[in-house]
Amino acid sequence: MILFIALPIISAFVQSLFIQHEQVLIVSQNCGPFGCSEVTSIDFEKTIKLRQDAPLGKYNGINTYLNRSHLAFAEVGNAWSASETLVDFFNEVFNLPLYGALAFTLTYTAVVTPLVLILGFSIAIGVNGLPNIMKGPSIFVSLLPFLVTPLVGSLILFWMVDGDGIIGATIKLIFNDPDLSLKASTALTWTMLIVYGIWHTLPFSFIVFYAGLQTVPFETLEAALIDGATKWQRTIYVVIPHLVPLISFVTLMLLMDNFRVFEPIVSFSAEAHARSLSWIIYNDLRESGNPLYGSAGATSILTIIGIAFLLLPVLIRTWKDFKLKGH
Amino acid sequence: MFLKKLILSVATGCLLSSVAFATDCGPSGQSIRILASDFPAIHAVAGTAEKNCSSSASEFTRNHTTEARQIMNAALTPNPAEYTSVIVANSTLTQLMNDDLVRPLNDLVQKYGSNLPDNLMITVDGNVMAVAFMANSQHLFSRKDILEKAGIKSIPSTYNQVIDAADAIRKAGIMKYPIVMNMKTGWNVGESFNLIFVAHGGEFFKPGTAEPSVNTAEGIAALKMLKALSEYAHPDHLTQASNETQAIWEAGDAALGIMWGTRGSVILDNEGSSEQVTSNTILSSAPTVKPGGIPGATLWWDGFTISKNVPDSEAEATFAALISALNADMVAANNDDAIWLLEGFKPGAAAEGVSATAAGGAPPYPMLPQIGLLHNALGTELVDFLKGDESAEKALADVEAAYVTAAKEKGFLQ
Repeated sequence: MILFIALPIISAFVQSLFIQHEQVLIVSQNCGPFGCSEVTSIDFEKTIKLRQDAPLGKYNGINTYLNRSHLAFAEVGNAWSASETLVDFFNEVFNLPLYGALAFTLTYTAVVTPLVLILGFSIAIGVNGLPNIMKGPSIFVSLLPFLVTPLVGSLILFWMVDGDGIIGATIKLIFNDPDLSLKASTALTWTMLIVYGIWHTLPFSFIVFYAGLQTVPFETLEAALIDGATKWQRTIYVVIPHLVPLISFVTLMLLMDNFRVFEPIVSFSAEAHARSLSWIIYNDLRESGNPLYGSAGATSILTIIGIAFLLLPVLIRTWKDFKLKGH
Repeated sequence: MFLKKLILSVATGCLLSSVAFATDCGPSGQSIRILASDFPAIHAVAGTAEKNCSSSASEFTRNHTTEARQIMNAALTPNPAEYTSVIVANSTLTQLMNDDLVRPLNDLVQKYGSNLPDNLMITVDGNVMAVAFMANSQHLFSRKDILEKAGIKSIPSTYNQVIDAADAIRKAGIMKYPIVMNMKTGWNVGESFNLIFVAHGGEFFKPGTAEPSVNTAEGIAALKMLKALSEYAHPDHLTQASNETQAIWEAGDAALGIMWGTRGSVILDNEGSSEQVTSNTILSSAPTVKPGGIPGATLWWDGFTISKNVPDSEAEATFAALISALNADMVAANNDDAIWLLEGFKPGAAAEGVSATAAGGAPPYPMLPQIGLLHNALGTELVDFLKGDESAEKALADVEAAYVTAAKEKGFLQ
């Protein structure tokens, strides 16, 4: 636990408190195949001295957390005083990187989690009711989306929803709109990502619920049957209460999984319309050529705090269950 | 013209120098380890070096990966470094120099490279930091047949002519989206902005400082021009990079494109496209803002560097091996893989665009330590304007704000 969980978190946190030393810039003459020009470059001799004295960088306290790329309190304050209507204010706020990403991440989590719970449970009930000979093949088929690597699965779907792909072309035909593009509108991109998310995580909740259904005590079900309970009533009053601990577990896993949504954004090339917290970390670390470790560390810590908030209700519930059983 | 001049200077260089052409691999028994990007021209250079010199080296390894840029700083930091050479471009050389990971090559150039012209030596304050061997830039691709059908007689040379031509093609009912550009969110859309920005005479930073200056009249004009062009590009343009734009072109679904010169030979070859597309594709200079102005392009070179943190003998052997590949035979065998800056290159139709763009005075992609941060900010913040969610001024203000935040963290601004 300490090695694999605590230390990395502490390391990310410590990193997020530091920024790089001042870069000593000098103007130099730069020549190449296309001529010469005056450019600025880093005076390495002066800069390296600073780095060797304090390799972690310059202590910046929590300022990285407060800057425009993160909590941006100053910018949010300005937006509040400058905007006349609430709509203006929210437009301004969601234009900031962290809040924009948070909006998509939370929407994704809030839509995908309940739908996957409900659909997974329904499929489990359905498969459970099948004749024995059909069960094996249907379980296998239902698990397939889970077996596909997220990156590959979303790439395949990305090509299918292209204007010339099978899904994209069909949708164009149905709506009789040759310009309809799933990749060009924010709302449709979000929908596409959410549908992909459901498709991909559904098998997980299905298989856990299906396993749970096998443990429902037969006697209780039979007793309910004798009391004249309908199938619906048996599900609501017998099966679901029996599965509550499992539901907590699946919710927990789904919330964590969905909050760190990342791969589909990259493979759907959806960065223009949807960015998630994990995507921001990725962008900080990779895209600028020189990684922004402090910024990425700060976003990571904020993500952990975000997940902790989301999980709080579920964790409290699990703890209560645990205490109840202890007595 | 530009290339001819270059080649001429190479030829005179060779006449004047008395260096024999026998392969000189430098000290023998050394370990040569090359990290490079993964495309045919780079394979040609590193592969020829291996063929020439692997027998005299104790070890010769090549790692060709599209991830080279991501791993090179980490790989060169330890002493001894993981690789003795990294093959870089304008922007990636800055990334290595920012951490002082490559060595000056002046003495090695004197010893092994005296037959190469001076302008291939990438020089920073008199120190040769890399040796360039090929050039690249984005420029205009046009479909002659479609332009004629729409009543456009000549190949467009300014941005407004490109837009007018696109409009004529649309009005004639030939294509609804005649323009393709590399506009994928991130690096590509940032670069597309850069092209038009330099054509408008914009400067990325206030001179001599790391203060951004993109939220200017030039920046706003450039961004609005980019938007005007993108109105004629397929609605999916924010997801399209080189592979997608090339595919659209080869499928015959576009008539005007701003794409990389290195895609020229791939498009013009007889694979992946129809005779009608290849025989009517014309490569020309990147468009200008006003007739005769600066072409909207940044020029790129690819070249090799030598690691700082390796023994001098390994550095020397690596340099000698790579230099041995930069000759007319290698160019002759791989003529169409790149726009070579080397002796023996026969510029074909595929090189026309880059050649004209360079001759028109397009500037090189800026080699500034902080340019990566600004480029990234452009790539992420401009799309809000291109989607129509905010004004050009606001988008550019966001770019500057995002850049300033990142530059403060990296120590470029206080």
